[in-house]
Amino acid sequence: MKPGRSITSIVGKVALWVLLGLFSLAFLYPFAWLLSASLKPRGEVFDNRLIPNTLVPENYVQVFNELPLLSWMGNSLLIAVLAAGFVTISSSIVAFGFAYFKFPFRNQLFALVLATMMLPGAVTLIPTYLIWNNVGLVGTNIPLWGANLFGSAFYIFLQRQFFLGLPRELFEAARVDGASYWRMFWKIAAPLSIPSFIIVFIFEFQASWNNLQAPLIYLNFGSPENFTVPLGISYAMTVFSPTNGGHGDYQLVMVAALLVTLPMLILFAFGQRYFIEGIATQGRKG
Amino acid sequence: MTAVAERPAAATPADDKPAKPPKFKQKYNRREATAGFLFISPWIVGFLIFTLGAMIYSLVISFSNYQLATDTATPVGFANYERLFEEPKVFTALSNTLFFAVMAVPLEIIFALFLAMLLNRVGRGAGVFRTLFYLPKMTPSVATASVFLLLLNGNYGAINQGLAFIGIQGPQWLTDPNWVKPSIVIMTLWGVSGTMVIFLAALKNVPRDLYEVASLDGAGPVRQFFTITLPMISGSIFFNVLVLTIAALQVFDQAFLLFWRDQTSAAPESSLFYAVYLFQQAFRQFNFGFASAMAWLLFVIIAIITFFQFRYGNRFVYYEGDDK
Repeated sequence: MKPGRSITSIVGKVALWVLLGLFSLAFLYPFAWLLSASLKPRGEVFDNRLIPNTLVPENYVQVFNELPLLSWMGNSLLIAVLAAGFVTISSSIVAFGFAYFKFPFRNQLFALVLATMMLPGAVTLIPTYLIWNNVGLVGTNIPLWGANLFGSAFYIFLQRQFFLGLPRELFEAARVDGASYWRMFWKIAAPLSIPSFIIVFIFEFQASWNNLQAPLIYLNFGSPENFTVPLGISYAMTVFSPTNGGHGDYQLVMVAALLVTLPMLILFAFGQRYFIEGIATQGRKG
Repeated sequence: MTAVAERPAAATPADDKPAKPPKFKQKYNRREATAGFLFISPWIVGFLIFTLGAMIYSLVISFSNYQLATDTATPVGFANYERLFEEPKVFTALSNTLFFAVMAVPLEIIFALFLAMLLNRVGRGAGVFRTLFYLPKMTPSVATASVFLLLLNGNYGAINQGLAFIGIQGPQWLTDPNWVKPSIVIMTLWGVSGTMVIFLAALKNVPRDLYEVASLDGAGPVRQFFTITLPMISGSIFFNVLVLTIAALQVFDQAFLLFWRDQTSAAPESSLFYAVYLFQQAFRQFNFGFASAMAWLLFVIIAIITFFQFRYGNRFVYYEGDDK
């Protein structure tokens, strides 16, 4: 029995590692391709070599001459920081309200918060555009972060879970000492919930940085300088694609694509633990 | 959608229903209640404008012929809704989207669960693989699409190169109408790691001794999978199916970037997804009334599908503490 078992377990172990290796390759392969295509000379980007014949690192300089990539990155960064910063603060204030105070209809209102998470974005897409249009802000970047001042259902839910995990005695003690409610939030709850602030911030930062549809709707006219990176690259994909009579510098699109991915990879390197925890929590609570 | 169960058990017994005002005073401290409302007021304002207000606005517009230039909504009755059934493209977009969802969701579930089970077995080193598998999720959809445009190229793309290597003639992924949806499925599968992480968390919560008892009883791995693993993680399967279905019905970025970003080129109609067509109607043609009607149709479809998933999916879900 025993030797047989260990042989199957060795075979199992080997199979396991082979499979993991294969999947890792599959997941990394597009990244390798992205890197390789970004270094290819003009006209060879659509060939089938993973290792380019000649390396053209100049692509990385040229892209900045051909595309206003720096403006795009600046716009995207500003919007993502505002969007993530505001939603973190507003959602945690609201979440604190739901976690610590008793008030009429609290549970019904919180159920409403959860219900809004189910609402498909398509339903509010058009009226939201018209609301911003009516106040004359379409064409500015305010619609891309403005609504974040009012909190966001999923983050309210996430933060409230976190607040409920903090010991109540902390707040009762502060209450006895005569601290105001705002002070309780700001001096006790907020500093203790920095981990959940980080989760919310990086989630929203990523969502904003990657967002294509909203910039497409709110910024897709006027000068390309005002674009965000996803919008700019989508535009460059069309202009540079050799198939529709573009000028065929698709390797520059690949450079741009690599450059927008990098900040996300760096963010992930620092916030990995928070990302995975955040998602796992979302799943467990579900 | 989930934490309804976490309501504090402070609900009032149904039988004491005397005069209301005194009860209010007993139950709520006025200062505390005011503070509570103040804290949640940002959400209330946002809800009134961007959710409730927007929904009412959308409903009004869907029954009108809205002109953006003058901001006037002339009522047209049910005309926009009738057009939903008359215009063949709506049906095309809807069936494309449903077909995509039916294809993508099960594949995503199976693939994500398979990866999660592999990672759950590794023990040490799992973190490295988990990170590797998670990277695509971090990649902006424009970057993903721009590289998959190369990989999926029918003539010289890497995917067909790989298939040729094992003797298979790959299809024209991006131009053959039959293969455009599978192309988007492949891109979606590449980013499956969010689902995988949720499964991984669920697998870690399955008590190990269940497996020990089962293997003492002589249950093999397959039997253990079906009698222990699947029932114990059924809650997260249900959750993932729900979330992935709702996401699949609203797929926009991939279809738009691969096929529809260029307004002049002719993309195969089998790549026309509902969210893309809605976007075109609203923000290319400026048919806000019709596009709003499309949005409500999608809302109703998602609501119906979600309802049935809850109605019939829930009975397969094992909840801890159930005597089932």
